[in-house]
Amino acid sequence: MLSVYSLSHPGLQLVSFRLAAGESLVVRGASGSGKTLLLRAIADLDPNQGSIFLEFQARESMPAPQWRRLVCYLPAESGWWAERVRDHFVDWSLALPLVVELNLPEACGEWPIQRLSTGERQRLALIRAMVQKPKILLLDEPTSGLDAESTSRVEALVERHRKAGGGVVWVTHDAAQLKRVASRILVLDGGKATISDNHNVSGNRSNDNRGAEVESPCPTFI
Amino acid sequence: MSYIHLNNSDLLLGALLVLLNGGLSLALDLRLERRLFISAMRMVVQLTLVGLVLTTLFALVSPFWTAITALIMILFAGYEIRARQDRRFIGFWAYSLGTGAMLIASMLVMLFALTTQLAPTPWYDPRYAIPLLGMVLGNAMTGISLGLQTLTTNAVRERVSIEARLTLGATRVEALLPVVRLALRSAFMPIINTMAATGVVALPGMMTGQILSGVEPVEAVKYQILVLFLISGGTGLGAMIAVLAGASRLTDHRHRLRLERLQAPQR
Repeated sequence: MLSVYSLSHPGLQLVSFRLAAGESLVVRGASGSGKTLLLRAIADLDPNQGSIFLEFQARESMPAPQWRRLVCYLPAESGWWAERVRDHFVDWSLALPLVVELNLPEACGEWPIQRLSTGERQRLALIRAMVQKPKILLLDEPTSGLDAESTSRVEALVERHRKAGGGVVWVTHDAAQLKRVASRILVLDGGKATISDNHNVSGNRSNDNRGAEVESPCPTFI
Repeated sequence: MSYIHLNNSDLLLGALLVLLNGGLSLALDLRLERRLFISAMRMVVQLTLVGLVLTTLFALVSPFWTAITALIMILFAGYEIRARQDRRFIGFWAYSLGTGAMLIASMLVMLFALTTQLAPTPWYDPRYAIPLLGMVLGNAMTGISLGLQTLTTNAVRERVSIEARLTLGATRVEALLPVVRLALRSAFMPIINTMAATGVVALPGMMTGQILSGVEPVEAVKYQILVLFLISGGTGLGAMIAVLAGASRLTDHRHRLRLERLQAPQR
């Protein structure tokens, strides 16, 4: 679904991987190993070299805003530009079901942004991305500020996105979360990347609707 | 039209006031007497030189020398804009953004004024062109500096929210628009305030000068009104060019925010 070839950037060595529909790739590595830079490079937010295809469509063949709607990056620190929560949504009513699902009150649309806690911001930022129906989610520590209950609801939402044929690239420091959500693991070490399967997950991969694209050995991890 | 001729002895008499200030500084141990003396001397020397240059220039009425003088003034103003930025653009952009904006804006405004409202013969007569350009540049410089300063400071401060919009598929124009608006508003503020306060709080120096040299107040006021229109036109145009060019330099064709094109803060 998402094919990344020789992606590079200052502070990031060549990274190549393929992500199948319904697959969840967890990126691990010490602080400063380039996890965030990798996600930003995939979303084309920083100048970078290499080629990326989404369902055989090259990234450069479409305008960057269109690419970012399809391959949506969710930064660890969410950004807000208007007064109220609902001003950040084109159609707030589309967000309401997800708001309920993530354990937020329906009235939060009227809340001023300053009033939001870190966890509320994280969940609302995820909802803001999800209502645009991206094909790939690039999540940078999406549950770092959440309690166990909210974390599992976020994981369930992402799981549903996967089951519906979407892909996820996900940065987390939480080892337990990695075991729960990863179908494969990409380890960044000193800017180098290695990929392995997540053997701890049972049933995770059997559920995957894995196409031929994935069965071919994953190319080039340099 | 008549005016009182000033002799050198009159100026020396006026200089007594500065000497008085110097004495005050010595008596109260302000330690300003040295700087006061140097500044006063600089003022005298610089103005005398300008007087000589303008006298020569006005006698020549040469399009070439008028253009050279105008260009030098614009380059100095561009240097001043660069000096006033906390976060300058990297490389030659630090200088060329402000200078280019000022060159285009002041040239357009001056051509407009000199070929229609004022229309001296020849139209490039330096007696009109150079003082007018000086006034337009002085104010456009302030507006452009403020505009660029607000643009770069807020682009850095609002990085997270600008990138949030980009990640959601906004174009660079959509993502930067709030910051661009802020920058243009602050660029316009000084000239708007000046126009509102002129005649109530302050009598503009140009008008005062004309009145002192014997021009009827009503005529001097007409000149002043025209000059303020020219100034606000030049400032608005210049700030618009500088801020939009700056905003496009802060982003690229793939709609990325490129803050690394700014230098580290100067102060």
